Amino acid sequence: MIQAENVCMQYFRKTGAANFFYAVQPVSLQVQEDSLTVLMGRSGSGKTTLLNMLSGLQKPSSGSVLLGDTDLYSLRDRDLSRLRSEKIGVVPQGRSAVDTLTVMGNILLPEMLTGRPLPVSGAEGWMEKLGILNLKDAMPSQLSGGELRRMAIARALSQQPDVLFADEPTGDLDDENTHLVFRIFKAYAHEEHKAVFIVTHENDALQYADLVFRMDAGKITGPSPFPPSPA
Amino acid sequence: MNIFSLAFKNLTRKGRRTAVLILLTAFLSLAVFGGSVMILSLQSGLNSLEARLGADIILVPSQAQSKVSFQNMFLQGTTGAFYMDASALDKVMEVEGVEKAAPQTFLASLKADCCSIRIQVIGIDPEKDFTVQPWIARSLSRELGDMDVAVGCKVEADVGEIIRIYDMRCKVVARLEPTGTGLDTAVYCSMETMAELLRAAEEKGVSHKIESGDDVISAVYVKVRDGYDIDTVNSRLNGHIRKATAVRTRSMITGVSDSLAGVSRTITVLIAAVWVLAFIILLLSFALIVRERAREFAVFRLAGASVSMLGSMVMLESALCGLAGGLAGTGAAALVLFPFSRLIENALNLPYLMPGLTQVLLLGVLTVVLSVAVSALSSTMAAYRLSRVNPGTALREGN
Repeated sequence: MIQAENVCMQYFRKTGAANFFYAVQPVSLQVQEDSLTVLMGRSGSGKTTLLNMLSGLQKPSSGSVLLGDTDLYSLRDRDLSRLRSEKIGVVPQGRSAVDTLTVMGNILLPEMLTGRPLPVSGAEGWMEKLGILNLKDAMPSQLSGGELRRMAIARALSQQPDVLFADEPTGDLDDENTHLVFRIFKAYAHEEHKAVFIVTHENDALQYADLVFRMDAGKITGPSPFPPSPA
Repeated sequence: MNIFSLAFKNLTRKGRRTAVLILLTAFLSLAVFGGSVMILSLQSGLNSLEARLGADIILVPSQAQSKVSFQNMFLQGTTGAFYMDASALDKVMEVEGVEKAAPQTFLASLKADCCSIRIQVIGIDPEKDFTVQPWIARSLSRELGDMDVAVGCKVEADVGEIIRIYDMRCKVVARLEPTGTGLDTAVYCSMETMAELLRAAEEKGVSHKIESGDDVISAVYVKVRDGYDIDTVNSRLNGHIRKATAVRTRSMITGVSDSLAGVSRTITVLIAAVWVLAFIILLLSFALIVRERAREFAVFRLAGASVSMLGSMVMLESALCGLAGGLAGTGAAALVLFPFSRLIENALNLPYLMPGLTQVLLLGVLTVVLSVAVSALSSTMAAYRLSRVNPGTALREGN
């Protein structure tokens, strides 16, 4: 589904022995459909940078990222944006609400921007599964951190993307909701035949993962063998 | 929901931020519209004065300039009177280069029991006149009859009303269009009516020191024939006619013109200063707003908004602020300028004639368009910076 070829992210740094350092060292990997891929690692290890590069949000210093046969970074901005809206869902780290829109408005934002039919019933379905349907007319300022996080997840799922990227999606969630979200992601990958790529440092994610990569100081290792699924 | 309604929501939900931007553009529009209307009014006033004087040269008795300032007479409606023998008109026509010559006789009424209002009365010869008559003709389709008067727009008398001048009953037959000059406070009548009024004034014991008998005039307005140098004709008139002085009208209004140029220049500089200041403040405001909204824009980007779409949204938001500010500023300026035009005129002490409705509306539309354009333009830098920000980086930095 997503194929990264020798992608890396290099930053210029004036101090130190070298002028450049790698946030992400050259790496090639695949994010496959029908699977939930987990990337684990400590803070600052380069996980988010890699996720941004794979999802078309940050152009790598070198290498290419293919979605099917399409090289994301060879596209013009307008085409890449449309592709991202239609085929790639992203749950970013932290707060990602547009304050001037309601919760429902935030969830339907990708379709609003591209003029596609609004998947209202689909969105309501995801909101119900995530336990935030009663908040659909609320403004983001009225929501807790955990509710905002689930709103961002509902937005990404409502897009029905071919590939879903989630950066620390359970950061603000309690245990119950953490497992709920991982179960939903797993089901989305297997039942909808989509690819799900999660960046996390939560060990809870491992029991739902089909593939696990690990990252340390910009260097990726894996994938590890399939861990056992929960009973 | 389209990009327009998104921009509109962003503005309405962020009321305080929007209000500041609207206030800035309103300030800009107020200065541009208010200043432009004032400059136009001054220009119209000067044009009107020139048109009403309508002559290249004015011949007056030699003692006239020591009696009353011409400039004050025409600008502020100061009353005054001076006389010379009516034969001066024939002498003027004898001078080479004179195409037309029209006499006028002045009479200053008094603020006393004999007169209902204090005014400058000007007698004209409708057959010869080429300065006042065309102006009167716009309000009156016939000639001024015996004891008929046409009043300037600032004279408080309506058509059909009788006003008393030295106890003579005069019928108001026309109200003249405004000129923005002292001529608006004068009353116009025929030479026959003027002769009656002069006699009545003498009977009332008001001496005008008429030395030349009954057949007197105050001034001769001269139009120079094409191809003749006005200064040369002016010199010839001064050489040919004794006890009278020929004055070029341009020299009479040079002082006015200079003052007007000075005021216009000051207003223009102020408008330019406000323009530059408002533009810089808007530029900085949008730069700060874009920085503050970096994460929000990153969310738009990950939801599928392209750089151009976001740029359009930012420019649309600023253009809407410009529209609201433009309307508010223009409206505020209109609320001050139109009801208080008389006060402004008095304060400026210059010919001041408000432009017509069409011109004002056009100016208002142009001001609003300018406000929208300036707002949109000042946000282009912010939109450009936005296009350089990587959404991934913006999302990370916002955490």
